[in-house]
Amino acid sequence: MKERERRVYWLRIGGALLGLVALIVIVNIASRGSFLEPSNIVRVLRQITYNCVLGVGQTFVIITGGIDLSVGSLVALTGVVAALVANALHLSGFPLIAVTLLAALAVGAAAGWVNALPVVKLNLPPFITTLAMLEMALGASFILSHGRPIALQSTDFQNTGIGSFLGGVTNALHLPAIPVPVVWMAVIVIAASVLLTRTRFGRYVFAIGGNEEAARLAGINVARVKTLVYVISGVGAAVVGFLYMALFSSGSPQTGTGDELLESIAAVVVGGTSLTGGRGSIVGTFFGALLIGVLYNAMNLLNVDSYLQKVVLGAVILLAVVLDELRKRYLSA
Amino acid sequence: MRGIGKSFPGVRALEDVSLTLHAGEVLVLVGENGAGKSTLVKILSGALAADAGEILVDGTGVRIDSPHAAELLGIGMIYQEFTLVPQLTAPENIALGAEPTRGPLIDERAVRKRAERELEELGLELPLDVPVSRLSVGQQQVVEIAKALARRARIIVMDEPTAALSGREIDRLFAIIGRLKANGAGIIYISHRMDELPRIADRVTVLRDGKAIETRAAADFPSDDIVRAMVGRKLDAHYPELPAIPVAAPVVLEVRDFARAPVVRNVSFSVHAGEIVGLAGLVGAGRTEIVRAIAGADVPDRGEVLIDGERVRIRAPEDSIAAGVAFITEDRKAQGLVLGMTVRENITLAHLADFVAPDRLIDRKREHEAADAMIAELHIRTPGSEQIARNLSGGNQQKVVLAKWLLGKARVFLFDEPTRGIDVGAKAEIYNLMLDLAARGAAIVMVSSDLPEVLGMSHRVLVIRGGTIVKEFSRADASPDRVIAAATGVAA
Repeated sequence: MKERERRVYWLRIGGALLGLVALIVIVNIASRGSFLEPSNIVRVLRQITYNCVLGVGQTFVIITGGIDLSVGSLVALTGVVAALVANALHLSGFPLIAVTLLAALAVGAAAGWVNALPVVKLNLPPFITTLAMLEMALGASFILSHGRPIALQSTDFQNTGIGSFLGGVTNALHLPAIPVPVVWMAVIVIAASVLLTRTRFGRYVFAIGGNEEAARLAGINVARVKTLVYVISGVGAAVVGFLYMALFSSGSPQTGTGDELLESIAAVVVGGTSLTGGRGSIVGTFFGALLIGVLYNAMNLLNVDSYLQKVVLGAVILLAVVLDELRKRYLSA
Repeated sequence: MRGIGKSFPGVRALEDVSLTLHAGEVLVLVGENGAGKSTLVKILSGALAADAGEILVDGTGVRIDSPHAAELLGIGMIYQEFTLVPQLTAPENIALGAEPTRGPLIDERAVRKRAERELEELGLELPLDVPVSRLSVGQQQVVEIAKALARRARIIVMDEPTAALSGREIDRLFAIIGRLKANGAGIIYISHRMDELPRIADRVTVLRDGKAIETRAAADFPSDDIVRAMVGRKLDAHYPELPAIPVAAPVVLEVRDFARAPVVRNVSFSVHAGEIVGLAGLVGAGRTEIVRAIAGADVPDRGEVLIDGERVRIRAPEDSIAAGVAFITEDRKAQGLVLGMTVRENITLAHLADFVAPDRLIDRKREHEAADAMIAELHIRTPGSEQIARNLSGGNQQKVVLAKWLLGKARVFLFDEPTRGIDVGAKAEIYNLMLDLAARGAAIVMVSSDLPEVLGMSHRVLVIRGGTIVKEFSRADASPDRVIAAATGVAA
């Protein structure tokens, strides 16, 4: 049985990982080694940062059995609010960055709280409440920005957006520069993973997704835990909104409203988190985002038509959930 | 039905049961909870398959392997829980699954006509244009009956049809049954209520422990005899000796004037340290609802709960837990366990705060130690604390639920059907555990539908009927026929 348990564990984590490794090997051969060049690896990591951070927040929500459709719009709204706040402040350097970030996080957290309120008080489906938030946040970001990107007056955000981390060290070692957003992602993934797997809160997230009634009867404050997961997802969206703002030196109501929402859900699902709740991991979501990022990068390296890229991505998502279902059947057999 | 037998894992539900039903008669099935009534009619209606025996309709042997097959044979089932689609209207429900069509479209007029015809035959009128969820329970039942008739049912099974009806609705139902009889239908009627038998039964069959004990014409079967036939056995001897409660034992749990709509009303009782109080009664009498409200699973409307003399304000399960109440639920799969989690995670779920290290992370090492200690203490048969709860047997799952509550400092234990569906060995272990808890000064309330269990494991028995305590028996006074008589409302 111990043996089987271990196999189960690797099946759970292994799906995305195995696909990823296979994909990397194939792509690297097909691209004659250019895929595994350090600079390309860093490029992929930078590209997946935003999707991965959204996916991390989404993972908490989905493990409780919910969904957050509002994250894309919240990226736009928090980015616009952050840009407005930054331009209104007479600060510079770290205080400016800190206050701007806090403003974005506060907006994201508040939106998450509003998402959760009807879910925990009236038992309304989160699909609906977050869909409503998707529209409201999008509209609000257009109203606040008058439909145009708001350019940052300060240049103090450049390092956050496009700077590199410990550039001197990586230079000395002849390694490619590590973008600051990638460091943010790494910190967030690790912190979220610890939160989910090692704290009471994380345990309760799984318990509620696995059996909400049993969790309630065990004395868990289900409403509070559920509220927090939507707040976390909103905060994740705010981080992405802030990072995009820093990257583009402006807050735009268009940012985040494209494929971000669906690709963040795709990262979660491909990473082995069950849409019915009770099961999943942050590390899986990271690998899910990485798989999608590698796929795009590889298709670009191989000059795959951009329309065809969408088809391939869809097929990969489908394949991932089919494999997940087959895995479940194998386990219960 | 001839020689019907059915076994579930660990339980012999039916053994060599035979019964006949004539056209134009009402055969009433009575028996204790778990006597096999529901299993028997589920076999007849194709919801379950029999292991042995045969079923004959109009003298020819038939195979009923699905509800659809039963329907084709003219067997209609009116379940306790209705099977209507609440959003659809009465005509739509009556036609459901057999809609008359015109070309590719549903023939709405024919749907409505058919409903009108069936209701006319029943001599009843119903609003036909509103969703059935807006109808009263009695009206919904009429729709259910019309649905069976629309499928040309000649054998109609009703499982406790009056359980949720008001007096006037019951009168109307009995009138309908009279008309169905007159039209030549045979009716099997399951009942818990002795008082309605004389009004409706032509013949009565008593089931006990999965066997048909006795069948007599109703006129010739007084209710005293029926109760005797229902109980008619000695108590099983395998219950442990209950130690006496010390005279000075303090009251641990006191419930005063407790109410919770729609079932529980006027409930007051107290339990001493070391005492086991059994709540007896029929299914639906309100026993589970009483303990659920004490546990905070449902919020009580009125009344007080005192633990060790202190008033507890109950608004959610965590309030009761904080006051020292442990609630071991009836349905461990739906309410007791997170099946996809490990044994360890389930055991520590309600007391995780005790396993948080100063750095706010869960101390897994201590968690493992606590889980392993519980596994050893309760003899939980599992390959280890990392086993997924789903993979354990029913008895061992129940022990995991118990372990979850033993980790805390609970003083009051509420057991709801603690041994349902588990094997004899695990049962004995759970009984011993209850005695252990009592010996350590816990107050225990046990709800059980297993009468010998209630009598064998309780210092006192409270009989619940209609959401309130109708009778209290000391251990010495509690006999099966007295408890059954109180639970069914026969003057003993």
